[in-house]
Amino acid sequence: MLDIKRIPPGAWIGLIVTGLFVFCAIFAPWVAPYGNAEIVGDVWEPMSAAHWLGTDNLGRDLLSRMIYGARITILIAVLATALAFSLGSILGFTAAVVGGWFDTLMSRFVDLLMSIPTLIFALVVLSVLPSNIVTLILVMGILDSTRVYRLSRAVAVDINVMDFVEAAKLRGEGRGWIIFREILPNALSPLVSELGLRFIYAVLFLSALSFLGLGVQPPSADWGGMVKENKDGIVFGIPAALIPAGAIAALAISVNLVADWILNRTTDLKGGRGNG
Amino acid sequence: MSNPILKLIVQRIALGIVLLFAVSVLIFVGTQVLPGDVAQSILGQSATPQSLANLREQLGLNDPAYMRYFRWLGGLLTGDLGNALTSGLPIAPAISGRLANTLFLAATAAIVAVPLAILLGLLAVRYRNGPIDKAISAFALASTSFPEFFIGYLLVYFFAVKWQIFPAISTVFDGMSFLERLQAVALPATALTLVVLAHMMRMTRAAILNVMQSAYIETAELKGLRPLDVIRKHAFPNAIAPVVNVVMLNLAYLVVGVVVVEVIFVYPGMGQYLVDHVTKRDVPVVQAVGLIFAAVYIILNIVADIAAIVANPRLRHPK
Repeated sequence: MLDIKRIPPGAWIGLIVTGLFVFCAIFAPWVAPYGNAEIVGDVWEPMSAAHWLGTDNLGRDLLSRMIYGARITILIAVLATALAFSLGSILGFTAAVVGGWFDTLMSRFVDLLMSIPTLIFALVVLSVLPSNIVTLILVMGILDSTRVYRLSRAVAVDINVMDFVEAAKLRGEGRGWIIFREILPNALSPLVSELGLRFIYAVLFLSALSFLGLGVQPPSADWGGMVKENKDGIVFGIPAALIPAGAIAALAISVNLVADWILNRTTDLKGGRGNG
Repeated sequence: MSNPILKLIVQRIALGIVLLFAVSVLIFVGTQVLPGDVAQSILGQSATPQSLANLREQLGLNDPAYMRYFRWLGGLLTGDLGNALTSGLPIAPAISGRLANTLFLAATAAIVAVPLAILLGLLAVRYRNGPIDKAISAFALASTSFPEFFIGYLLVYFFAVKWQIFPAISTVFDGMSFLERLQAVALPATALTLVVLAHMMRMTRAAILNVMQSAYIETAELKGLRPLDVIRKHAFPNAIAPVVNVVMLNLAYLVVGVVVVEVIFVYPGMGQYLVDHVTKRDVPVVQAVGLIFAAVYIILNIVADIAAIVANPRLRHPK
């Protein structure tokens, strides 16, 4: 069904770059030439054969930091997206199926959360919460689940009135069955196409928080944190901070290209407007 | 005739006020989620129980949470934002100058971004599916994927360090002339413009395309109106509402983008102030500034809705 020759060039670029980043993330200790916190040279050495991307603000190998940074960045973004999707879709489906006061209460609460800019509310909450990775994933996942909630509720409301769901209800199936066996499989396609976008959002959000000094704490660093570490070099003409910043952009663009392609494919399969 | 419009507007404003109160509760509750309290964070871990108790008494922390909330809210409504924990100074005077700086930066960016976005959106519609449209959507993809600091530091690297046209750090102070101020915010305003431009442009394109594809435009074309008349009489009045809406929504987004951009350029605005005090865990400042940001965002959203109501020809000429 998946014909390799029919994958458009844009999607190829996306798949290869994303794959490369994920490979680095998984096999970081084996791929990286030096250790993550190992000081190997002078501060901000230029690119050389020994240090392909030069060294950072403390004389650590920038390439190795980038590879370990890929690991932290992608791990946190994946976990936060997973949390956002589980929480958002389960609550969204439940609200659609149960209806009544639960639906009203949840929907109004989500409206309220979404009326505050996400970054601002995250800053407010992070001012009192301990700075560690678990808090970060929870805050990012919960705040982002509001968007997944809206989407999955809207999709589930449509599915909930279809004949096969009515039939299942008349058979006497419980709510758990309705949600996980009837609605979930039919809501998967719109949710999957949203997945890529939410992941990109998580990467950008995490990077912004770390850049502001409120995300991943030193000595470990994600890409946003590495921009913060190296930003003072910019005014001296040292472009070290641009490398992690560019990597974030490259990851976001390549995931976007893959998500676009998947979206077109799924609409193709349904006989709908694809490739448009 | 204007009655239904007036009613909708009043409803929208009332809803906005309710929302503002709800948001103030949420921000207050959001900073009370931890068992530790303000007294502990002022005095640190080594504080004696006696000094902790004294400070709690002094700050009124022994009152139940809802009483503290109403005291805070009462202060806000009378313009008293409380005192910062770290400096002990009142927050309101410290904020006012920074708020003006932030608004100046955001306004500069908006004045450039809004006409540019509408123009590019129109171009994309006019030459739909042509090379210009493709180039514009490729730019939009790139710019929505770029983190703000990538754009910001690229600008600094080239315009401030390599070519030395603009300063890398946006220092502003009292007594600066308007032009000097403008030069200081040139790079941050450009960064902000690039951040919101793509989104604004894409939404403008979609809004205008939506109008252009509706049945009444086709009717107007088929009955032989000149293209210019079709746009002036039929497309334009219907397109204003969605476009104004798009613009206001993106201005709201700009207010948030300002936080990161201010940190990049070390610009003395509200965003920088907020981030500094989140790091210092200065809860009263974070509450106050967070609420101001949220309020600006909500107000811009209300204005967007009202603009859409007022500009909607179907509401202005009810049958």
